[in-house]
Amino acid sequence: MRLLRWLIALALIGGGVFWVLTRPAPVPPEYASLTGDAERGALVFAVAGCASCHIAPGAEPSDAPVLAGGERFVSDFGTFLAPNISPSSQGIGDWTDAEIMHAVAAGVSPGGAHYYPAFPYTSYHFAEPQDLADLVAHLRTLPPSDVESLPHEIGFPVTIRRGIGLWKMLYLSEDWTVAGAADAQIERGRYLVEGLGHCAECHTPRDALGGLDRSAWMAGAPNPSGEGRVPAITPGELGWSAADIAYYLETGFTPDFDVAGGDMADVVLNTGKLPPEDREAIAAYLVALP
Amino acid sequence: MIRSPLTLMTAAALALLGPLAVSAQDEEALQRAIDARQAHMQLYAHNLGILGGMARGNIPYDAAMASAAAADLGHLTRVSQQAYWPEGSDIMMEGSNALPAIWENLDDVFAKSGDLVEAVAAMEAVAGDGLEAVQGQMQALGGACVACHRDYQQEN
Repeated sequence: MRLLRWLIALALIGGGVFWVLTRPAPVPPEYASLTGDAERGALVFAVAGCASCHIAPGAEPSDAPVLAGGERFVSDFGTFLAPNISPSSQGIGDWTDAEIMHAVAAGVSPGGAHYYPAFPYTSYHFAEPQDLADLVAHLRTLPPSDVESLPHEIGFPVTIRRGIGLWKMLYLSEDWTVAGAADAQIERGRYLVEGLGHCAECHTPRDALGGLDRSAWMAGAPNPSGEGRVPAITPGELGWSAADIAYYLETGFTPDFDVAGGDMADVVLNTGKLPPEDREAIAAYLVALP
Repeated sequence: MIRSPLTLMTAAALALLGPLAVSAQDEEALQRAIDARQAHMQLYAHNLGILGGMARGNIPYDAAMASAAAADLGHLTRVSQQAYWPEGSDIMMEGSNALPAIWENLDDVFAKSGDLVEAVAAMEAVAGDGLEAVQGQMQALGGACVACHRDYQQEN
């Protein structure tokens, strides 16, 4: 009996520790004081590639996409379905600006639940609060959709959202992967690549728990959307000059004048909207990778 | 030799599927079509490389050369592609990255190839007018290519 009592006590303590450790972070108070600029937000929206995942399956890219959701992302942990994030009551229309910003940067819902990391908040986490505010202002200008978000197709124990709190402790890092940036251009590139652009989410392999293996940064990975591999984009493997990369991100043309296809097509259509300095910054960061 | 029920079932299934399988002759015809259209794409890339090389500053701008490359792109858009795309010449074939979705969305494919014709015509119209004019059309041209490759080419 005494043993049982101890076990129950331990379980309660363990449960308590779990409960405390896995608590979703609160909304940073500074968010409420920011005002977004929708026009600047269009560029943040393009870099972050929100539409690539949140438009309906089969929908065409557009400057004013309907972010109705519904795209399916098959993973080792189940199939995740992109939700409606259009400005409607089925989407994010009723959320406050700060709630949307917090969802993007911390992966926490307005109701205080963790989101699954199919949503690349481990990258968006690096976004500057003002960029987040601008992004929200832009999201509110997009057409609404009344399509209902569909539930993820996942099983136990993935269904326990509190577990994502532990996952975040392991993988939601405050630190850049490339610690030093040699100059302001590479620093800007790092912000765009490691942060908003979330390039590593596809170009870096994952470990058994689905976290990015930062020791193999941009070393290529199995293609999450099907067969084949997402290529390595380290300078040694890719072998493109900074000018090659910047031109690809502008026009979609590789150095051999082949063309971006598949998921990268969406990326180049987005990066084509950026000011040239940003594409050059991304390129400068990538060619400076080890 | 004792066959397991599973092997027997597999054999039965194969026998049923047999008549549906592509014959070696058909397969050769599909392969020829794939080779032909990939050669066609190479010619696009070659001429885009001339214009893009100038746009990028890798080769000096030459109005006559730019106009000729743009005109060649125009000729290429007018080549009939009818025999290039037999149904079945998709990713199931060695060396093809064409998604079967092409044959399920022919209206969209034609609409997108129409956009390419327009983008090429716009380049043709200005290719001789100077480097800036060429530079100004490359993104639109790339976008027209990307639009189709986005939906109908498997990433490799």
